[in-house]
Amino acid sequence: MKNLSMRDALRAALHEEMVRDERVFIMGEEIGKWQGTHRVTRGFYEEFGAERVRDTPISEMAIAGVATGAAMAGLRPVAEMMTINFAFLAFDAIINHAAKIHYMFNGQITVPLVVRAATGWGNQATATHSHTPEPIWAHFPGLIVGCPSNAYDAKGMLKAAIRDDNPILFTEVIALYPKPSPIPDEEYLIPIGESAIKREGDDVTIVSYGRGVEWALEAAETLAKEDIQAEVVDIRWLRPLDMSKTLESFKKTNRCVVVEESLPHYSFGSEIAAQLQEAAFDYMDAPVKRVSALDVPLPYAREIELMALPNAAKVVQAVKEVL
Amino acid sequence: MATKTESLTKETLLDWYHDIVLIRHFEDRCHHLYFEEKDPARKITGVYLHLATGSEATHVGAVKALGEDDHVITAYRDHGIAIARGVNPDRVMAEMMGKRTGTSGGKGGSMHLADRDLNFWGGYAIVGGHLPLAAGIALKEQYVKSGNAVLCFVGDGALNNGYFHETANMAQVWKLPIVFLVENNLVGMGTRIEESSGQTNPIKRAVGYGMKEGPSVDGQDVVEVYEAVKAELDWSRENGPVLMEARTYRFEGHGVSDKAFNAREDLKGELAIWEARDPINVLTARIKKKYKDVDETLAALDAEAVRIVDESVEYAVSSPAPDYNDLIANVYVGFEAGV
Repeated sequence: MKNLSMRDALRAALHEEMVRDERVFIMGEEIGKWQGTHRVTRGFYEEFGAERVRDTPISEMAIAGVATGAAMAGLRPVAEMMTINFAFLAFDAIINHAAKIHYMFNGQITVPLVVRAATGWGNQATATHSHTPEPIWAHFPGLIVGCPSNAYDAKGMLKAAIRDDNPILFTEVIALYPKPSPIPDEEYLIPIGESAIKREGDDVTIVSYGRGVEWALEAAETLAKEDIQAEVVDIRWLRPLDMSKTLESFKKTNRCVVVEESLPHYSFGSEIAAQLQEAAFDYMDAPVKRVSALDVPLPYAREIELMALPNAAKVVQAVKEVL
Repeated sequence: MATKTESLTKETLLDWYHDIVLIRHFEDRCHHLYFEEKDPARKITGVYLHLATGSEATHVGAVKALGEDDHVITAYRDHGIAIARGVNPDRVMAEMMGKRTGTSGGKGGSMHLADRDLNFWGGYAIVGGHLPLAAGIALKEQYVKSGNAVLCFVGDGALNNGYFHETANMAQVWKLPIVFLVENNLVGMGTRIEESSGQTNPIKRAVGYGMKEGPSVDGQDVVEVYEAVKAELDWSRENGPVLMEARTYRFEGHGVSDKAFNAREDLKGELAIWEARDPINVLTARIKKKYKDVDETLAALDAEAVRIVDESVEYAVSSPAPDYNDLIANVYVGFEAGV
């Protein structure tokens, strides 16, 4: 057992899988000689060489599309989008191709592809560099979407993703890269489509993923001082969406707050709320409350940027509104 | 271009003739089943049906240049390429009719034929979207040092899409074994190449990427296409990508939605010129120049093609439609749909 940052845990996951399986290779902008924008691939170029650590031109459509083709033909590419903001350029390659090919050709072709992308609001990164858009990717059948909330999950989830035969968008919250978790020395995988209870409590269910889990846990500590016990569910994989733990928790607490770093309209929170009212209407003692980013593009100035974003205090407030 | 027909056997030329007339009859039958067939159980339906009529020599010549372990991928005008690669016409027609026995189980349709066992990776319907897939397949072959290459058909219109730019550049940077064969029929859906492209010579696009400028061949002549594509595939195995062109024409417009293109008065003369260079006529002339007394043989091959198409229609008509279980199958590997 040792403490590793999420960055180092992801690096360990990638490293272990590249050592284990020669078909696994990585490609992306500045991932090799430059060591990776987020330093997840630091040292890989020197260790694995240019064939398996492929620096690409600035060509998001081709990065996603070429990786898809290589996956179709039998390799197991892990393509890196420097940030999810740039992945919008690759939307067609990922959604119209990677996610559809298995179905469109009736299962003849599989696409064992992982697209990694840094996600989340940065410090004053402004409107085009401040997306947390997992829900729009998770809209489409055929794609798996995962986003870990800590270093431990990140390692087990990424390893599972690389071994899976489906196309997967795997996003990594930039703000979580430096944060450490205890990581066991022995290998472990976190199965795709498995949510987790991150804190137990009887009074309210807080559902989130990624950065939102951190705010939920922080809010739960604050609420505990007032004798309010929140149960925190980390969805981990937006697709396939595992509602079992959320439903089980909700049937106990009868109240729910959804926390998301992303925008409120047609969102993660909308989906969780809709599924709860469909599956557990009789257990509902209050409307499901959503804590989301404000419905504006993110601005530059720190004062107003922070106003637009969720935080633990806003989660505490929302919980009090549903009690 | 110098031809080397001496090296091709009579059997080979007749084999190509068979495929070309088979594709012609197949496409003519699709046209009939779409527009004229009255029996709903025998009709081809849907909004998309892009016929290869007029382009058969380009499709057959290029595909025959592939080795067994090489790969081919294309856009939505894919019927002829599928048949040339050896996909059973029964299964192609069944896919046209949306049947479970189709190449894609009735889930792909006309634009999404594929046969993984034949390294025919399919037809794709987002213009340019298949280009990086082709490069990815080539990357795999380079990665495992197989010596196999990829033939990627690309329309002249698709050269103006960002996918082409990004893929061409990356393929050249990585020296991927791929031949981009521009199927230049002079027009996108309706917009002419000179109205859509600053550089109307497709091969000149290669210069911007440092890529090999391959030959421009007569796409109506199956022998010329075959020899040029074979040579470029072999070059690409060791040296990297090539951009080449086959000059061809659509005899039936863009697709079934396009009833106007070939009826345009200003293009009547052009169509007549190209119809005079029908791939079937060009190959027939080649065969007759070299061999005597082939009329009966060619007529027999033509009748054989009609019989194969007849059988494919009966096979498709008598095949079951996909059901609910098919609808929800193969969304994921190992996970249920609707989750």
